[in-house]
Formats: sequence, C-alpha cells, structure tokens
Amino acid sequence: MSTRSSVTGVALALLCVLAGGCKRKSDLPGGGLGPVHSSVPGAPPTMHLVSEVSTGEWRMPAGDYGNLRYSTLDTIKTTNVMNLHVVTTFSTGVPHGHEGQPLVFGNTMYVVTPFPNNLIAVDLTKPGGAIKWIYEPHPDRRAVGIACCDVVNRGPSFGDGKIVYSLLDATVVAVDSETGKEAWRTRVGDINKGETFTAAPIIVKDRVLVGNSGGELGVRGYVAALELKTGKELWRAFNTGPDADVKIGSGFHAFYAKDQGKDLGVTSWPSEQWKLGGSTVWGWISYDPATNLFFYGTGNPGVWNPDLRPGDNKWSSAIFARDADTGEARWAYQVTAHDSWDYDEIMENVLVDMEYGGRLRKLLVHPGRTGFVYVLDRETGELLSADTYEPTNWASGYDLKTGKPNEDPAKHTHFGSVTQGICPSSTGAKDVIPSAFSPRTGLLYIPAHNTCMDYEGIEANYIAGTPYLGADVKMYPGPGGYQGELVAWDVAHNRKAWGVKEDKFPVYSGVLATGGDVVFYGTMDGWFKAVDSRTGTELWKFHVASGIVANPITYLGPDGKQYVAVYSGIGGWMGAVAFPEISADDPYAALGVVGAMKDIKKYTAAGSTVYVFGL
Amino acid sequence: MSSACRSLGCLLAIWVVCVSAPAAQSPLRVCADPNNMPFSNERGEGFENRIATLVARDLHRPLEYFWLPQRRGFVRNSLNARRCDVVIGVPAQYGPLQPTRSYYRSAYAFVTRRDRRLRIDSFDAPELAGLTIGIQVTGDDYNNPPAAQELASRHMVQNVRGFTIYGDYSRPDPQRDIVDAVAAGRIDVAVVWGPLAGYYAQRQSTPLDVRPITAGSSALSRFTFDIAMGVRRDDTMLKAALDDVITRRGNEMRRILRAYGVPLR
Repeated sequence: MSTRSSVTGVALALLCVLAGGCKRKSDLPGGGLGPVHSSVPGAPPTMHLVSEVSTGEWRMPAGDYGNLRYSTLDTIKTTNVMNLHVVTTFSTGVPHGHEGQPLVFGNTMYVVTPFPNNLIAVDLTKPGGAIKWIYEPHPDRRAVGIACCDVVNRGPSFGDGKIVYSLLDATVVAVDSETGKEAWRTRVGDINKGETFTAAPIIVKDRVLVGNSGGELGVRGYVAALELKTGKELWRAFNTGPDADVKIGSGFHAFYAKDQGKDLGVTSWPSEQWKLGGSTVWGWISYDPATNLFFYGTGNPGVWNPDLRPGDNKWSSAIFARDADTGEARWAYQVTAHDSWDYDEIMENVLVDMEYGGRLRKLLVHPGRTGFVYVLDRETGELLSADTYEPTNWASGYDLKTGKPNEDPAKHTHFGSVTQGICPSSTGAKDVIPSAFSPRTGLLYIPAHNTCMDYEGIEANYIAGTPYLGADVKMYPGPGGYQGELVAWDVAHNRKAWGVKEDKFPVYSGVLATGGDVVFYGTMDGWFKAVDSRTGTELWKFHVASGIVANPITYLGPDGKQYVAVYSGIGGWMGAVAFPEISADDPYAALGVVGAMKDIKKYTAAGSTVYVFGL
Repeated sequence: MSSACRSLGCLLAIWVVCVSAPAAQSPLRVCADPNNMPFSNERGEGFENRIATLVARDLHRPLEYFWLPQRRGFVRNSLNARRCDVVIGVPAQYGPLQPTRSYYRSAYAFVTRRDRRLRIDSFDAPELAGLTIGIQVTGDDYNNPPAAQELASRHMVQNVRGFTIYGDYSRPDPQRDIVDAVAAGRIDVAVVWGPLAGYYAQRQSTPLDVRPITAGSSALSRFTFDIAMGVRRDDTMLKAALDDVITRRGNEMRRILRAYGVPLR
C-alpha cells in the first residue's frame, strides 16, 4: 500500500514539475490534485505528504491539509535570517487575544480579528499594505459572556472564491474574497445553550468542516459539514451519545478493545449525562485526500466533577478519523478515559508518510495536552508510540497492546480532596497552539509548556445567581523551573532532539517551519524568534508590541520576495492574565493560570498588530 | 498618587457636594443579568431589581443597569471593567470582588411533589437511591453544585439527571426547567438553590414541597450561603454606604425576598 502510494506520489510530483507547478489548479485548496502525495525538496525520498504544502501562498489555516505548517520557501534561510526586518505593520483595531493566522493569496492578506470577528482584506501591492475592504459581521454580543477563554478566533479558510470562518456566536460566514460581500451566513450552534465557535473551519472539496466550542457549559461536541456553495448544513457528527448520532456504523473499526462496543457514547456515562458531555471540537482538523478521511481531537468531558461521571466518558479526549463525504467514523482512539485533569485533546494531528520502525507508515502525530507525543497509524488507529516531551507524572507511559495509559491513581483529582503536584497542569504540556513539522529534518516543533498544578480544597463561587463550590486550582512552573520550551521532536526515533527553553512563560505561539531550515515562533513576552531547524540555535529575534499567541505564516509577496507574518496581541486562556481587569495577585483567578502567569503584566499588554517581516 | 493629589481630590469632592443639588448625584450603576429570574431581568421584575431600587432610593441616586449574562468573566467584564459599581447578590465569601455585609442567608432545598409525600431532607434518606434526582450539574471552570459531591460520594450517579444552570437563554426563566421537571413528574426530586426553588415552586399548578437542606454530612458540603452585595475591592466608599443601607433597611430587603418565595435561614 505504502509503496504503491509513494510511486504514485513521485510520478505526480514529476508531472507537476513538467506542467510548471501545481499551484492554483483550482480555487479549492489542494483541489485538482486529487489523492496525491507530494515530495518536498531536501526531504528523504521515503517521506511523503498528504497534500501539497505551502509554496508561496497560505490558503488554509495550517497551510496544508496535513497540518504541517511548513513552507518550501527558502529565500529566507539560516545564513541571512539575521537581516530580517519589519516591512510593515498595521492594527486590526481589536486589542484581544490574536490566535490563529491570516491567509495570503492573490496579492491579498485576509485577517480575521477576535470578537467582533471582522474580516480585513489588505492589498499587498500597495506600499505598506492598504485596506481593500473590511467585512463586519456584527455577531451577537451575548457570545462574549459565554466564551470561556477570551474572545479569540483561530482563522479563516479559502475555497470557491470565498473566505469562510467562524463567528464567536456559533455562526459560520462565507465572504466573497474579491468584493468583501457576504455570500452566506449559517447559524450552526446556539449561544443560548452555551455554544461558541472559535475554531478554524477547513474546506474539503465542496464542503466546510467546522466544530463547536463550549465544553465548559455542558454542550455536546460535534463536527458539522456545510455546503461550500450555500452554507446549508449537510450533516452533523456528535462526539457523545448513541452510535447513530456519533456516526458510528458498519465501517467503524476501532483498533483497541477499549474503544469497541455498541453505543459507547451512551454506556460509558451514568444515566443521561452524555447529553451534557462536552467533548467539543475547538482545535484543528486535518485531512488525507488519499483516503478521504479527516482527523480531529475532542475536548474534555462535560461536568467538572469526575466523581459524578464514572466510566470512560466516550468520546471525550479522543482522536477521530471520519469520512469527509458522509461524516461516518472510520476509527476512534480515546487518549485518556474519564478525564479528571481537563486534558482536552483538541490538538493538531500532523499527517505524514515516513519511515517509522523500519517500514513506511502512514502516520498521524499528535502532541498531546497530556505531555505525550502520540504516533498512530492513521489508517487503523493503532498507537505506535507515546512518549513524554515535558515533565509528566499522571501516567508513566502507555501500554501499546491495550492503548491504555499506566495512570498514577494518586494524581487523579477528586472534588474536595487535595491532589498536589500534578504535571502537566490543566493547560497541558501544550494547548491548542499548533506545532510545525519539517519534512527536511523529520522534526516536529512543539510549542510546549512546563507547568504543574495543585488541586486543593473548595471555595464558594457564583454562577447565574446560584452559589457553587469550585476547586482551588493553582498552577506553577514545573520541574526545572522553566515554563516554556520549543521542543524539536524526532518523530522517527520517539525522542526529543533538542529544546529551546523559555524561562518566563509557556510557549503559547504556533510554529512555522520553512525550506530555508528556519523555524519561527513567538513568546508571550513579545519576542518573535527564528531558530535553526536542525540545532535550535537562535538566529534572530525581534521584540513586537504585544505578546504573541498567534501562528506565523510565510508567503511570496507581489514582488516575488519571501515574507513572514504574525499577529501580536496577547490573550487567550493563559494570555488573558495580561489584561488589566484580571488581578495578578489572585493565584486562583482565570482558572488558576494566574499562578503561572503572574509576571506577564510586567512584560506586555494587550495589542492588535499584524507584523510583516522581510529581508 | 501623591498626597497632594489626594488633597486636591478631596477639595474638589467637597466643592461638588456643596454646589450640586441632590438630583445631580451620580447614578448607582448595577451589574445585572438581563434574563435571570427570579434574580433579575431587563424588565426589572426580579428581587434583585427590587432591592436595587430600594438601595438607589435610599442613597438618593438614580439607578442605572449594565446588563450582562452571568457567565464566566461576569465580574471581570462588568464590575471590574468599571462598567458598573455593584452586584446585588453574591456569596459573602467571593474572591473577585469585595462583599458588603450579608443581607440574607438561604440554602439549597429538596423539591418534590407534595402528593408524593417523600419528605426528603437529607442525602442519607434511604429512599433517595430509588428516586430520579435532578441537579443543575454544569458550571464553568471547576465548579460544582454542592449536591454533586454528596451524590457522587454515595455513588448515586446513575439516577442523577443533569440540568444546565444556564438553561435555554433564548427564553424567559431559563433556570425554571428543573423545577418544572419535578411538577411534571419527569424527575422525582430536585436539589435546587433556595431562591430558585421557592420562586418556581410558587408558580406550579401542582403543589410542591420545598425543604431547605440544613447541613451536609461532610465538611466539604455547604448548602447554606450568606448572600451580600459586591463592589470593587478598592471601592471602600460604596461598600460603607451599602453596609449602612443594609443595616438600616435589611428587614425591607428580606420582606421583598419572602414575597418571591425565597426560603430564608
């Protein structure tokens, strides 16, 4: 299977070269190419990708379907990146957490702001970049009070001449990329039931795939497919409930016994609690055109008291493979059953075909919130390895025969009892902020955290007029004292190749890897950095106005030169501590993260700037 | 801020007091949920609206509202963002703000249909294991209603039905469903915060029995809460003014609460 695919890949790659490049074959990202595996200059011949990676434009959230966040551009390289300088900056006008990334194609940059989710089109041919138009969707203001963790947006996608993205009020909009006119607007979720949308949709063929947020409020997680042309909802696949709702049918083959059985989305919960079961989809979706499967991870289970939901609580904290046409599940792998730490597993799933364990394998690589990097066979859902990339003590490892973690019962949390020194903390060894993979180095560059937490006692809280009891959760730097690290993970050998430690704060910015062997990332205290993709040696850095929680991209400008762009605007769950209204003297505020973030106000403040760098 | 500045501030304040008529008093800006009966709504029908009116009149200040759903970040985005100055009802121990003196104490209650004659008043009641129990089970962050822990520690989870504390916010009375479910027989017993239990029990055609929970069986469970008003941590002036109103007019406040069926402890 693998051999045949790789031969096809090489043949088609050659065809692309002869035909003068495979870019812009159609308006659909990856469209026109069909099921093809692309090779990348400088990558081992055994390394194949599921779709063409970015070569000059940035048309989808991660740059490609495999979620590599890799561009072949190599004008900016290790030997000249020290000459990088600011080419232009502009403000989005919304000083909140700028997660996500812009799109760039057709000499235009498209930026989605945090709530109120304006879409700004910037003409890159004009000096400094001139605003072509701004689309203002005016989402429902009530969504602001419902969103859990700042009012972020993780970016748009492009297809069929439309920019498609989520609004915080659980709506998806499509906007004509030329005129800025709204093409359609579909209310998918219901903010009245606690749903918000923050994730970036992806476009696969003639449809938009998008997931919901709001697991804190007891919503049921799902992925919905909308028709790209009209916005009409085609189907919805839930992550809790009966098999019919979860779209588990005869084509479903979970690899492990623990994930097999009828209606596990019901039977692994007490009574009817799956109805409030969380398991939302607020992270990233990847797609393999060869098998027409898309992959995503689910959030933590609903109801914050784990003692109240004995059972595995499926399909929370799981990875799904689903058919992109029908939504039918092919396999699922639950990463942690019965989560008691808030370890969502909505992280990116990086798809790559490469030599692994002595043979060519179709891999799905998932750097988990749990502190483990999971390597799965993406055709079967078999766990090939799980190794830690940051200090982790809730489990000592995974049994590859059963797919289950070897958990330390002493690190389970129980409401009202004290559990100290749980590593990683609830924010995980990484959060939603995505890693990058370079086919040239075989390294996955993970933006990592090193925080632990104490889960103590109880305190009175107050929700919608009613007193509640909340756990005191205090987070603090983990072993070694550093809080963040850019980890270069050698996928083939299941080990850390190197790491760049960031002492002060978690690395909460996405990563970009390039053909120039440069890796870009940012820090919460506002440094935008370039390091050597093979050694981690720092090559360049620049201090931006506000901390970075966004994902850098690279593209060719109208002048044919390579540029690198990133948002500067601290915020999000951890970064929101930088906002003046959150008290840094209360270690339990902002869901405990203040303990880890208390110094952030000394280093940065809210911002809203797009930076573009060039040589 | 230097002391010179502060003195100047005092002088100005005195000047304002001397020359301005009472009508020019700055408004009492209340942070409130626009759709959260029986506490508050946009039409001023909740008991917190009534108490806010009483306080504003007493202080001779016009009443203004800043409306925001009481979700995660409510205090951060309203009171602490200085869009308003007081939250009318908060637990008397509540970190993000400075509580005033408490003006009432209520308790979670067991709600049952009177015709069932269940008379549940403790989580140790043996018949509880055979009943379907409703609780408002969701909450943001790590929060739980106190009943969640009592039930979980007794391994009573299969017979628990979860309701969301937020309800369906598109309708009036979003929190009403759990009490309606008792009246309609969809659940046998609900464990509900006193003000909700009392208010919605009054509004059923089927008589309901509301029994406040006197004590939990473990140190972890608290079912009785003192409720105060809340101001910003640095707003000692307003706290003092509100403490004074509560001292003088607490009885009137409790009269309002009784009219809404709030069980007072």
